Order: sequence, then C-alpha cells, then structure tokens
Amino acid sequence: MSIFPLAMARNLGLLGFLALIYASLSIPGAAVIRPINEAHRSAALELFVPTHGSFGSLEETYEALRTFQILGVEKSAEISHATCPVIVEKLESSSSISKDLFHALRVNSILGCQIDARTFEDVASKLQAVIKDTNSLLDFHYAVGGLLYIKDQGINVILSDGDGTFHSIKALSQSDGRWRYDSNSAESSTYAAGIALETIAGVVSLADKVVDESKIGIVKNDIVKLFDSIKSYDDGTLYFDEKHVDASEYKGPLTTSASVVRGVTAFATVASGRLNIPNDKMLGLAKFFLSIGIPGSTKDLFDQIESLSRLENNRVSIPLILSLPSTVLSLTSKDQLKVEVTTVFGSAAPPLTVRMVQASRSDSKGTPVLENQELQFDSENTIHYLDIIPLKLDVGKYTLIFEISLHDPENTNTYATGGRTRLMAFVTGSIKIDKAEIGILESDAGNSETLQKLDLSRDSTLSLSANHLQKLRLSFQLITPLGHNFKPHQVFLKLRHETNVEHIFVMESSARQFKITLDFLGLVERFYYLSGKYKIELTVGDAAMENSFLRALGHVELDLPEPPEKAAHPPPQPVDPYLRFGPKQEISHIFRAPEKRPPKELSLAFLALTLLPFVGFLIGLMRLGVNLKSFPSSTVPAAFSILFHVGIAVVLLLYVLFWLKLDLFTTLKGLGFLGVFLVFVGHRTLSYHASTTAKLKSS
Amino acid sequence: MAKSTSSDAQMLVRSLHTAYAATPTNLKIIDLYVVYAIVTAVIQVVYMGIVGSFPFNSFLSGVLSCVGTAVLAVCLRIQVNKENKEFKDLPPERAYADFVLCNLVLHLVVMNFLG
Repeated sequence: MSIFPLAMARNLGLLGFLALIYASLSIPGAAVIRPINEAHRSAALELFVPTHGSFGSLEETYEALRTFQILGVEKSAEISHATCPVIVEKLESSSSISKDLFHALRVNSILGCQIDARTFEDVASKLQAVIKDTNSLLDFHYAVGGLLYIKDQGINVILSDGDGTFHSIKALSQSDGRWRYDSNSAESSTYAAGIALETIAGVVSLADKVVDESKIGIVKNDIVKLFDSIKSYDDGTLYFDEKHVDASEYKGPLTTSASVVRGVTAFATVASGRLNIPNDKMLGLAKFFLSIGIPGSTKDLFDQIESLSRLENNRVSIPLILSLPSTVLSLTSKDQLKVEVTTVFGSAAPPLTVRMVQASRSDSKGTPVLENQELQFDSENTIHYLDIIPLKLDVGKYTLIFEISLHDPENTNTYATGGRTRLMAFVTGSIKIDKAEIGILESDAGNSETLQKLDLSRDSTLSLSANHLQKLRLSFQLITPLGHNFKPHQVFLKLRHETNVEHIFVMESSARQFKITLDFLGLVERFYYLSGKYKIELTVGDAAMENSFLRALGHVELDLPEPPEKAAHPPPQPVDPYLRFGPKQEISHIFRAPEKRPPKELSLAFLALTLLPFVGFLIGLMRLGVNLKSFPSSTVPAAFSILFHVGIAVVLLLYVLFWLKLDLFTTLKGLGFLGVFLVFVGHRTLSYHASTTAKLKSS
Repeated sequence: MAKSTSSDAQMLVRSLHTAYAATPTNLKIIDLYVVYAIVTAVIQVVYMGIVGSFPFNSFLSGVLSCVGTAVLAVCLRIQVNKENKEFKDLPPERAYADFVLCNLVLHLVVMNFLG
C-alpha cells in the first residue's frame, strides 16, 4: 500500500466524508476491544513503507517515525540518510514558514540529525518573532511546539511574554469549550480546541514567569465544558466530533478525538492540581481508540497509536481495559474463563481483583445463572481466571458482567476502571443425540413397530419406500452435557430428488424431543408430483454445539400420482455456469433476396443495340455532306480550335474516369481546371470563327 | 375514299419532304442529332421494359442524358435558326458555346447519378 497518494488525497476535503463512513463502519455496535498487540506492529510495518528511504512530506515522516517509536519498531539508517538533509535545508532556509520549521524540528527530535546550535538559535528567534506578530491559532501552535523541541535539544528558550501569548490564544476560545482558528473566522472547532490546549500547555512550560493559577483554572473550566460535548456510541465508547460538518475542513471523529486527547493530556502534565474529568470519560475515549481495531490508513493508525500512548501515562486517569482473550469456552476441553486487565498498550495493571457480578444467558431475560463470583489471579501470566466446570454452566451464549476493585484506594483517582463491563461469551459443548427413530407410517394412526432405530453419529444407508397415502416420521432427542434438552439454531430435514429438486423441512421441537411427520398426501403438490428416489439428509447445527452435523440417511422411494394438467412444473435446476462460455446456437441470417438480373447475353445485345443509333448518326452526317471546310487554316487559330476539341474530349474522358473510379471532389477539381482552360480556348476559337463568318458575309 | 386518303397522305409527305429539303444543312445536322438521342432513349426504355427497372438510378440517368441532350439541341436549333426573329442579334457561336457548356454540366450530373 503506498502512502503517498493517500496522503495527497487526505488534503482533499472530499475524503473527509469517506473517513466518516469508514469510521462509522469500522466501529460496529459491539466491537471486541483488546489492547494494542503484535497485530498493530505488523500493520504499522505494512502501512508505513518508505519509498527510497522517504515517507513523503515531513509531516508524514513524523507520523511514521513516531508510530514506529511507540510500537518499538527499529528504524532503518536509510531514513536518517534521506531525511536529515531535507530537515537541515528547511531549518537553514530563510523562506521557511512556521509550519515547515515545526515539522522539521519534530522529525529531528526522533532522528537526531547533526545540527549545530547556531541554527537552532536562529530558528528560535524566528519563531519568537512569529509568536509576537501572529493572531492565528495554527501559527501559535507551530511556533510554540517548535520552541519546545528546540528546548529539548538543550538550547535555552524562554518565552518573554508568556501572559500575553496566553491571552491571545485564550481570546480565540468560545463559551462551549471549543476554539476558533483566528479572530476572523466565525466557526469554532473541537479539533482546534485540542490544538489550543496543547499550545497553552507549551506556553505554560516555556514562560519566563509562572502563569497565574486563576488563568489555569479558567482553562480547566474550558476543558470541562469541552468534555460536555462528548458523544457516545451504544457500546459505551466515547468520542469527539465537530458540531457542524464543513466538507472542506472535516476531519472525522478519530482525528478530532486524537487532537483533544493530545491537548488535554499535555495540559494536565503542566497544570498543578487535578482536572475535573470523570474517569469514565477517559475510559470511554480509550475504548473508542481500541474499538477501531487495526486501521487501514497511515494517518488513522498514527492518530490511534499516538492518542493511546498519551492515555497510557497521563495525569488525568489511566484507563484500564478488561477483555477476554478468548470468547469461546469449551466444556469438552474443560476451558477456564480467562480475563485480562491491562493498560491500553497491554502493560500490567496495579493490583486489583476482578469479580463476575452476573452471568446470564443472552436469549433469556430471566434470572442470572451465576452471581458474584470472584476470579482468581494467576501472577505468572497476569490473568484472572475462573473454573466454570464446577459452576455447572450449560452450553449457550452468555452475557457476563464484570467489576474491577483496586487494592490500593489511592489508585482510584489515578486509574479509570469504568464500573461494570459487559462482555459476551460462548460456552460450547458436545451434544448427545438420543433415541433417534425413523419409519413409514400408514395414514391412519401409525404403529410404532414400523419405526426403526437410527444411529446419527454416522451416515446411514436406509432404503425406505412410500406412496402418497403414507407418512414419513423422524424423531430424536438432543441432550446437553449437563443433561438438559437442547434447542439448536438449525434442525433441517432435506429431501432431494434424482433431478436435483430439493425440499427442506424445519423440524419442530416439543418438550422432550424433535420430530417431524411428512404427510405425503398433503405434500404431493409441493413435490411437483415427481415420483422416484429421494435422498434424505439431516442437518443439526448451532454455534454452541461442537458436533454439528450434516448426515445422509439413505433414500426413500416415493410413489406419487400423475400430475394433473395444470400442475406446476418443478423449477429449472441451475445449469453449470461455465456452459455460457460454450458454443452458441447457430444463427440463420435472413438476407434480402437479390434482385433478379437479366441474363448477360441480353444485356450485351442491348448494349450493341444502344450503340447502333450512333452509327446511324454518323452515316446520316456523311449523307448530309458534313465537311471541315470552315476549319481555320492559319496556325494559331487552328491550334486553338484543336485545343478546344481536345479539351472537350478530355472532359468527357474525365467523366468516364469519374464513373469508373474517381469520386466527385476529385472530378470537380479536375473539372475546375479544365473548365477554365476550355472557356478561354473556346472563347478564342469561337470569336475567331464569328469574325471570319462576319467577314465572309460582308464581303 | 381510302385511295384518296392514302394519296392525300402521300402528297402531304412529299410536300413535307420538299419543304424540309430547303432547310439549311446545319439545322439538318442538329435535327439528326435530336433523332439520334431520342432513338437511344427509346431503346433504353424498351430494355427496361424487358428486364425490369432494378438499378433505377442507372435507367433514369441514361434516359435523362438522352432526353436532356435532345432538349439542349432543340434550344440550339431555335437560337441558330436565321428565320427566328427573336434571336436575330445572338451570334450562333454564342448559342453553340452555351450548348456545349450545358451539355457538359448535364453529363456531369448524369455520370454522378449513374452509379
């Protein structure tokens, strides 16, 4: 997967909507929540793939490197080699804006390129100038963030007017806890609030004198108001999202929540005293990030991992995640119910006890099956477990409710345990099939002597026969490992004819057993009156049943009456889909009958006949005494005359060629030239002729 | 009665013949040309009558070529005839040039339509 086009596309706001759809699809109603594990590490290695040692822009490089850093992935030397020159160039260039300097310094904090102190001091003074002049939240963010990174490099950086900067940033806040981007824009944004809180935390730690407690208190109130706008999904996860969806700027719940988490945890680190945020909200946020699973894009993965790393060690409250490593417990292999309580990254939790408050079957709304069971702790594997065999849990789907109690009461404020956690689990087991019987009965009350015993643990090869006046009867019992009656999800009897026409019947269950009676008299129409051999198959299956089966029981020879005239035909069976690639039916085209043409000899005869009048014309001309006496004798007029006649002949020849093979345009072109020539020559000839005739007349 | 009718017819034909002999030669040439064109057209119509009009465009172009050229020749005869007072001032060369030009245009169209 290449990041670069994705990163490019992220700048287009259109993808914001897709991100919304993706986020809502990737957070289903009840996602299984597990802490970060190896799968995330491999996903990071798959998603963040450098091209020629570079991840694209410095912002993307930071995302990749920070994710690797948190997940403990080794970075290759190639990346430093390719990226350090870019960083140095950005830091030394005088045309870099605060955003470029910020990203360059961020990446440098991880890569540790060789940059001398003078460069850092120059950049620091540039950023101080930006802080003095600007009014935009993003500029404050980049400048303050950049100064923090420079301070980490060992350069002494002090923000001279801490109070003033604090006021400028605070001035952009709104009454509902959100922030505007600058004094000109009217829209406020939750994402901007996260950035603002992070920037304020930076200002507090960089300021020359300590920021007043009352000011910190005001910001704490803002945070409380911001948390009032938190949204929730049905499964208890909490997230932040924008109030107004503006297509060009929309960032999606993941990015917005990540920004708020970053801001709040950064502020909590520098603020003295506690932030008044309920533990449940921090836990809800942690669950939101975990419930995404493995994100599919680089930015989403970075947001998820970075936010969780901030939550792992924050000063508000550290979320503890209770999860089941395996949600399927088998009675056959005597599994134990195992519960894990860890931080979001899977690190150990403080000493605590897990208690199963209630276990009830998912399908019944009645009394819980188990109550108040305390789980034992296995310190070697840091797992809380419970033996379920002695608890006599039957197979089925269960809803389990757990509660965590911390041993050390002082930890109650540091850690967020989240009250009661609901989780689903399956208990599976092997179901016993008992007292299976099959037989053909007469239509009046059948006697049980005709029923034969059936062993449903393997396929059978029965050979029954019946006519339309008889009935087929099948019955059996299903018993759970604890001896109760079991009602599986699927109990089907299928009869399949030789022509592959199938009929499926659902078996009903009474109090003690499953049985079905096929009365063929009533089923004759459903079977399309098809007599013949029908194969019998029995299917019994359920999620909690370890030995679900599909058994062939043999066949029954059915003798049904003849179909009446208006009987329905059996549905056509599906043909092999590859037949459509075979040869198709031959198409006989209907052509227009060609016109009857005359025989060739007749046509040739008439051709000769048509030329005959021309001969007659020539003979007539001779008889009339046609002569060439008035043909001009002197050379020039004679030449013109000859040219005139030749010209006419050429035009006629052109016409013949036109008929034979030329097209109209070529002919017209030729005709144009010849026409002009002919007119000129003809004019000369005819005027000469006219003048000679006039001379003759006058003389 | 029949005898007198037939002798009357003979006398009529003979008088026409003598009158016609008086016409100038150039007009006779044009008359001959017209007769030639019409006979060719008639032969083509007879052919079509025998074999059917399948390539109708060819038949039309053939017939119209003959008829068209006959019509143009008649126009030429009218214009060249010295006894015709209307065209006294028109030089016969000019009429002949018109005849040639119109024939060339007619035959261009005919050749196009011949197919």
